[in-house]
Amino acid sequence: MSFSNSGNTGGETVIPSSDSPSLNGVTAAIDFDEPQKSYSLLPKQNSEVPGELLEVAMGPHHPSTHGVFRMDVVLDGERIVKLKPVFGYLHRNHEKIAEGTSYLGSIPYTDRLDYLCSMSNNWGYALTVEKLSGFQVPERAEYIRVIMAELTRLVNHICLVGFLMQDMGAMGTPLMYAFREREKILDLFEAASGARMMCNYLRFGGVRCDLPKGWLDEARKVVENFPRFLDEFEALLSGNEILIARAQGVGVLGKELAVNAGITGPMLRACGVNYDIRKVDKYGIYDRFDFRVPLGEHGDVFDRYMVRVLEMRESLKILKAALRDIPEGLIVDAKAKSRGLRPKVGEAYGRIEGPKGELGFYLISDGSANPYRYRVRPPSLINLTILEDMCLGLTIADAVIILGSVDIVLGEVDR
Amino acid sequence: MIPTLEQIKARIEQSVPGARLEIIPNGSPANQPSLLVSNEHAVDVAKFLRDDSELRLDYASNATGIDWLEKVVKEKVKVKRMVEGVEKELEETVEKKTPAYLEAVYHLYSMSLKHGPIVLRLRTENRTDKTHLPSLTPIWRSCEFQEREIFDLYGIIFDGHPDLRRILMWDAFKDFPMRRDYVAPDDYEYEPTPHDAVLEKAKCHFPIVETPEVKP
Repeated sequence: MSFSNSGNTGGETVIPSSDSPSLNGVTAAIDFDEPQKSYSLLPKQNSEVPGELLEVAMGPHHPSTHGVFRMDVVLDGERIVKLKPVFGYLHRNHEKIAEGTSYLGSIPYTDRLDYLCSMSNNWGYALTVEKLSGFQVPERAEYIRVIMAELTRLVNHICLVGFLMQDMGAMGTPLMYAFREREKILDLFEAASGARMMCNYLRFGGVRCDLPKGWLDEARKVVENFPRFLDEFEALLSGNEILIARAQGVGVLGKELAVNAGITGPMLRACGVNYDIRKVDKYGIYDRFDFRVPLGEHGDVFDRYMVRVLEMRESLKILKAALRDIPEGLIVDAKAKSRGLRPKVGEAYGRIEGPKGELGFYLISDGSANPYRYRVRPPSLINLTILEDMCLGLTIADAVIILGSVDIVLGEVDR
Repeated sequence: MIPTLEQIKARIEQSVPGARLEIIPNGSPANQPSLLVSNEHAVDVAKFLRDDSELRLDYASNATGIDWLEKVVKEKVKVKRMVEGVEKELEETVEKKTPAYLEAVYHLYSMSLKHGPIVLRLRTENRTDKTHLPSLTPIWRSCEFQEREIFDLYGIIFDGHPDLRRILMWDAFKDFPMRRDYVAPDDYEYEPTPHDAVLEKAKCHFPIVETPEVKP
């Protein structure tokens, strides 16, 4: 059987006859009887070597990739011998857009970087602009920022655990439990900022609007009830035989490699490196809170899971203290300027401990109303640097949970 | 405490002979001056910064590119001139041209000593044909994807990078979209109809093997 569709080509081009190899996908001439010939990225194989390498493109549309992300995997039997991540499906050149808008106009775009944690993204950007132009932040706004950032951390980590379990095959239940709790926090976000996910809440030198009446009590309720949920979650998961069998000793990452490859956030701390920017830089008012930095020991998937669960408990400590101590007062500094901001000529690099790792912003001002250069240091992208190193020698099923434990959001990877 | 940038500069000059360094001031309240390093010694300087016991900048947090176009700066200079037989001080505006170049910026921190940032800058000669820089990926692996991104969006070619390909744009993309003078096409989706030129290109993937004619 062979099709030929010469009408489209206007009769000018030569259409290969059915006995010549077809130009797959380019012309309309497809010969279904002949095996399709295509090109491959595989190395040329020596015929003496037994076995055959197989190239699998996982993604971009694959539920385990958490978005449009592709892993080109080369398999020898079931073992991975090569893995190359492929990015760019969600690339919209956020940095170029930001160079064309005012400083204020970029805040809503930062929401869309890591769309699970818009509040922390706002903070990273606001912090850098405050560094660049020397703004102060009033007391109450600092407390609100800490509360929002820690709630965001809860949302992110709880979702991550849910998705990780989904990747391991625990279909639905843990994820739905996680989403039930996330819903309560999103309601808080909605009450404060008007939006559930794209909050656009922080401003340079403060926050956009004050908390509504009764918000703090609601937040206290959520924070009080959260440990009960965490206990239940952990009782179901932490000692679970399947989780332990799948996660322990899988995707091990060494300390030295992790530091050299710029891994940050829970990924790094699971390897046992004590580096938390909340402790190191003490940005905002993090020096006032008493919390500990949970560390892993082996750097495997299970440690990454456990570090996140423990981090949630530390976040709850911070939240409790912040909700207790938050003072009345201004929410935006009177000297800070949002609209028509023209910082002095210069540059600044600011960073925060986002839920996924170090979220940095690098701004260069040329004295005009738009930044000359606007750069996001995306933790998700850089944490993927060592994906291949962690997956080599393991199976596809392991690669799926390793990717899940890295915790990426493609809005941030591709920007 | 981390030494000041002047001290670091002096120590680099001691241990990496021949390295030309320059401190670039930063006018913003952030107070993060940076260190401009000559390209030939960049890898040695980076290695020194990473391995020195007092600095131990083992973590390159951020690597990014900047495109600086040709700038004309007008400066007022006081000149002494003879005007009608009398020497007078006059103000003249002088135009100074700074040539265009591309720049790669690295923000370095230390995870073991918990200090930073030290900002390194590397500059290309121009932004048209001499856009090569040494890659710092062999020193800090965290630069791997970020240098690929700079190559992709700015067109700086990093010599010594293990895998320098486009990362965000597709492989067949021609221009460098983050450059200041980049003009976006009207229609990104435009593709020539699958005739002539495209067919010709596709032949490298699907070579047409000439089959010998079989005579009946």
